Amino acid sequence: MVWTPDQPLVSLRAVFKSFGAARVLKGVSMEVMKGQVICIIGPSGSGKSTLLRCVNALVPIESGSILVEGQEVNDPKLDKLALRRKVGMVFQQYNLFPHKTALENVMMAPIHVLKRDQREVERQALALIAKVRLQGKEGAHPGELSGGQQQRIAIARSLAMNPDIMLFDEVTAALDPETVKDVLVTIRELAADGMTCMIVTHEMGFAREVANEVYFTDGGLLVEHAPPKEFFASPKDPRTRQFLDQIL
Amino acid sequence: MIIGRTDLAVLKPFRIGAAEPWRFNAWHGAALVAALIAAVGIGEAQAAPGTPDIIATMLKWTPLLAQGFALNIAMSFLAMAIGTVTGVPLGLAQVSLLPQVRASSWFVTQFFRNSPWLVLLFYCMLLLPFEVRIGHTIVPLPGWLKSTIGLSLPVMANMSELVRGAVRSIPFGQWEAADSLAMTRAQTLRMIILPQCIKRMTPPWMNLYAILTVATPLTSVVGVSEAMTLTGDILSSEGRSELLVPMYLYLLLWFFLYCYPIARATLALEKRFAVT
Repeated sequence: MVWTPDQPLVSLRAVFKSFGAARVLKGVSMEVMKGQVICIIGPSGSGKSTLLRCVNALVPIESGSILVEGQEVNDPKLDKLALRRKVGMVFQQYNLFPHKTALENVMMAPIHVLKRDQREVERQALALIAKVRLQGKEGAHPGELSGGQQQRIAIARSLAMNPDIMLFDEVTAALDPETVKDVLVTIRELAADGMTCMIVTHEMGFAREVANEVYFTDGGLLVEHAPPKEFFASPKDPRTRQFLDQIL
Repeated sequence: MIIGRTDLAVLKPFRIGAAEPWRFNAWHGAALVAALIAAVGIGEAQAAPGTPDIIATMLKWTPLLAQGFALNIAMSFLAMAIGTVTGVPLGLAQVSLLPQVRASSWFVTQFFRNSPWLVLLFYCMLLLPFEVRIGHTIVPLPGWLKSTIGLSLPVMANMSELVRGAVRSIPFGQWEAADSLAMTRAQTLRMIILPQCIKRMTPPWMNLYAILTVATPLTSVVGVSEAMTLTGDILSSEGRSELLVPMYLYLLLWFFLYCYPIARATLALEKRFAVT
């Protein structure tokens, strides 16, 4: 079956995952359309990060189905590298390569994985670094950058692969409050450009503003989901209500 | 709270590896020189009247000793080169995804790491042929070369452990980031993991070299004409018992003078690379 843009870009059906005895995902289903921005919120340990890692096969699932552009991820014959070329991911701890400069970090994968022309990649990398407002930092090593700057370089690094969807795993959780904003602005611009995004976050204000749909997870289950206005104004499930009461 | 003056383990700075490795420091040098001076003095007092000065005798034999010492250094270079070149792939095999590869490389590493060096040396001396035929040329394998191969085996095993430890010490996030960028495992190792390992491995690698260098006199047991063997030869040809202690101390001083700068450089590198 050929995937067409009117079908979900990512669709999960009854996804189960355990780490040893701990059941992390207990039958999660969701759909993300092209251009949609979804935010996943929920208490720690509710399986949010694992959910994202399943989408680009960093974590194998036990049962269920994950389709990315019509391609089954839960398939032993899956070409993981082909999948990951389409799916960008940004991590809580940035995970920049410390021995490479910011520019080299952004250029590495397009050159060595996509085998693209070095000059063309450099042009794109410089543009991406400018886009995340870090002109002048191209030659800096990650250790010389603040957390927020590192995170923005990490976003540029993922974007350099020209992914169809971006996964954000609590990308502001490790940052100082004053640098959080710069990163959120970058993501918001990305969303405004039409990038499909799955965002795990604890920033409720950001979720309310940027998301088309907000999902709440608890105990390995998707408890409820709704457009942000509705979600924050009148949560239906008592667990959602309790969670929102605690943090808002 | 004064960090560094505490007995609480949790307050002490974190170190990779259990204990501080033993290495030469300036006090060892001072003690060595003092012992040498004392030994020369005692020797002179014991000497029969009319025998040549001990210092003069030591200087007389210095060129020969230097020749032997050069062989020690040559063996240490070669053994280190062989050990490193073979130890790196062995260490990488220890972090392989294939369980069989991992298990067998682990076994080889542990076997050579925990065998006494002298036993390995004897094995190589006795089991390796005195010449090998490569194509139509016959390559002789002199004793010093065979024992160098013997010394390179524990170096290989220690190198393998260094590589395994360094790869394991790279944060898991680096692998995840590389995976998410669709890099292959080989690319990740080559471009992301190993370059970061080199920095971490350099100080312990230099330490290993210093240990290897002071182990080269072991080859005197299997008859290689290195500095230790020559010192014995010198002593028997001189036949003067008062020379015994000064000569061996003199040889020890050579090793100290060679290894001490390496120990200093290792320390300096460790400080520079220390994660603050």
